[in-house]
Amino acid sequence: MNVTLKVWRQKNADEAGYFETLEARNLNPDMSFLEMLDVVNNELEADNKMPVAFDHDCREGICGTCSLTINGQPHGPGEGVASCQVYMRSFKDGDTITIEPFRAKPFPVIRDLVVDRTAFDKIIQSGGFVTVRTGSAPDANAIPIPKETADLAMDAAACIGCGACVAACKNASAMLFVAAKASQLNMLPQGKAEKDTRVLKMVATMDEAGFGNCTNQYECSAACPKLISEDFIGQMNRDYLFASLRQKFLRRKKNA
Amino acid sequence: MALTGLILVLFVIGHLIGNLQIFAEPEVINQYAHFLHSLGPLLWLVRAFLLITVILHVWMAVLLVIENRKARPQGYEGEHTHRASYASRTMQYIGIIVLAFILFHLAHFTLRVTHPEYEQLRYVLQEGAYQGTEVLDVHAMMVMGFQKPLVSLFYIFAVGLLAFHLRHGFGSIFQTLGLRNKYWAGTIEKTTITFAVAYFLLNAAIPLSVMSGVVDNENVNSIGESAEVLTLPEDASSESTE
Ligand code: HEM
Ligand code: SF4
Ligand code: FES
Repeated sequence: MNVTLKVWRQKNADEAGYFETLEARNLNPDMSFLEMLDVVNNELEADNKMPVAFDHDCREGICGTCSLTINGQPHGPGEGVASCQVYMRSFKDGDTITIEPFRAKPFPVIRDLVVDRTAFDKIIQSGGFVTVRTGSAPDANAIPIPKETADLAMDAAACIGCGACVAACKNASAMLFVAAKASQLNMLPQGKAEKDTRVLKMVATMDEAGFGNCTNQYECSAACPKLISEDFIGQMNRDYLFASLRQKFLRRKKNA
Repeated sequence: MALTGLILVLFVIGHLIGNLQIFAEPEVINQYAHFLHSLGPLLWLVRAFLLITVILHVWMAVLLVIENRKARPQGYEGEHTHRASYASRTMQYIGIIVLAFILFHLAHFTLRVTHPEYEQLRYVLQEGAYQGTEVLDVHAMMVMGFQKPLVSLFYIFAVGLLAFHLRHGFGSIFQTLGLRNKYWAGTIEKTTITFAVAYFLLNAAIPLSVMSGVVDNENVNSIGESAEVLTLPEDASSESTE
């Protein structure tokens, strides 16, 4: 099959980007979308042209590196898949496909389709951890956790930090990512110690980074490759509310 | 957003219940109106509180929209929407029209600057502690206002937009306050739609009943005539611009 690509090209964050039209020929419908880009890039290189830069690593939907907006849809067509799990059979012969980066102010373009998601790392650094005692590993099941709670925490922990939620949100809000990362720890006994400061700091770091605000439209969870539920956003809003109240009225120190 | 929205939702529900008294005899709504006016400073306190709430709601909405636009300076070529409702994507535009309506509505029925002749509609209370007191005939004022098709249509249009605003806003409150999860999501969504539809229909019923003559008022038919003789010409011109 053959398709026409309208690809976003941008030299770096400071230079203006533009769309370039490229032809992808003689494709196998069972090729992955990224393999199709590999083919196109091989041809560009053979012509001594700059290949299209795009992010990828595992190519099996578990690392969260790939980050393409395909026809306006972060991670392209299909539910619960990352860009690397999109196949050419999802398109028709002769289609024109628009490929753009994940677009958000806190995700500056590094080159073409590659964006800098350091803002996510900063959010994790501000509260996405638990304190543990060093020394020998604790006994398995030393702390009993109800299965339902463990399952729910695992659902939240399925987030691969790709940023599609930000890219899909009409307001470029990072609430789904932050909610998943905060909830996965807030629900478990191991995360109790830092529960309040975790949610307060992660939200503050998110706001500082310049992400937009959630308006409860749930575009994020529809685009998420791990189908993280917007329920976690509700849960984070609740945790945030109580944490702020406790901090206000119990006069806890901001950085305790 | 959610807290001010919640206060406004509670207010519009109360306001609707108050207005539905138009379907009873004039005594009922006039007693109610007089009761509110007799609260004196308390009424002004409530009015000030509501005004501040509206101002805060709009102010937050403006900040929200500005921040959200800044968060995505470069938009998508292939704009795609998975499931965000049309109501949720038009909150700020519908909100501004609703704001314009609120201002007109206050000028129309609360301050009565657009229609000074309403002051001529008087009513003497028949029952209760205020028996014999002469008051503004609120029932007649509403009937007279809605007997004009343009005014009625404008009100129906405006409550339709407000209902649409609340079709997203009502359910949104629960998520923002952390009161929504997958067990409640369906119920909240159904309640939101039921609320928006019921709110629109009950509000629209008021001008519709007046226009179709189901709700009528003797006071308008007698005093109203002389009032209209006095003010009809400028009246007609002011309405065509609304
Ligand atoms: C009396 C009338 C109004 C009521 C009852 C009302 C109610 C609400 C409610 C309940 C919300 C949802 C809060 C949340 O998302 O958590 C909301 C959101 C909003 N309202 Fe209003 N509102 C009214 C008037 C206005 C006006 C006059 C504007 C003018 C600009 C406006 C603009 C907005 C915007 C932009 C949002 C945020 C949208 C979002 O979060 O998705 N509203 N409103
Ligand atoms: S919540 Fe989903 S879309 Fe957002 S970063 Fe995690 S995996 Fe990606
Ligand atoms: S490349 Fe790892 S998730 Fe797509």
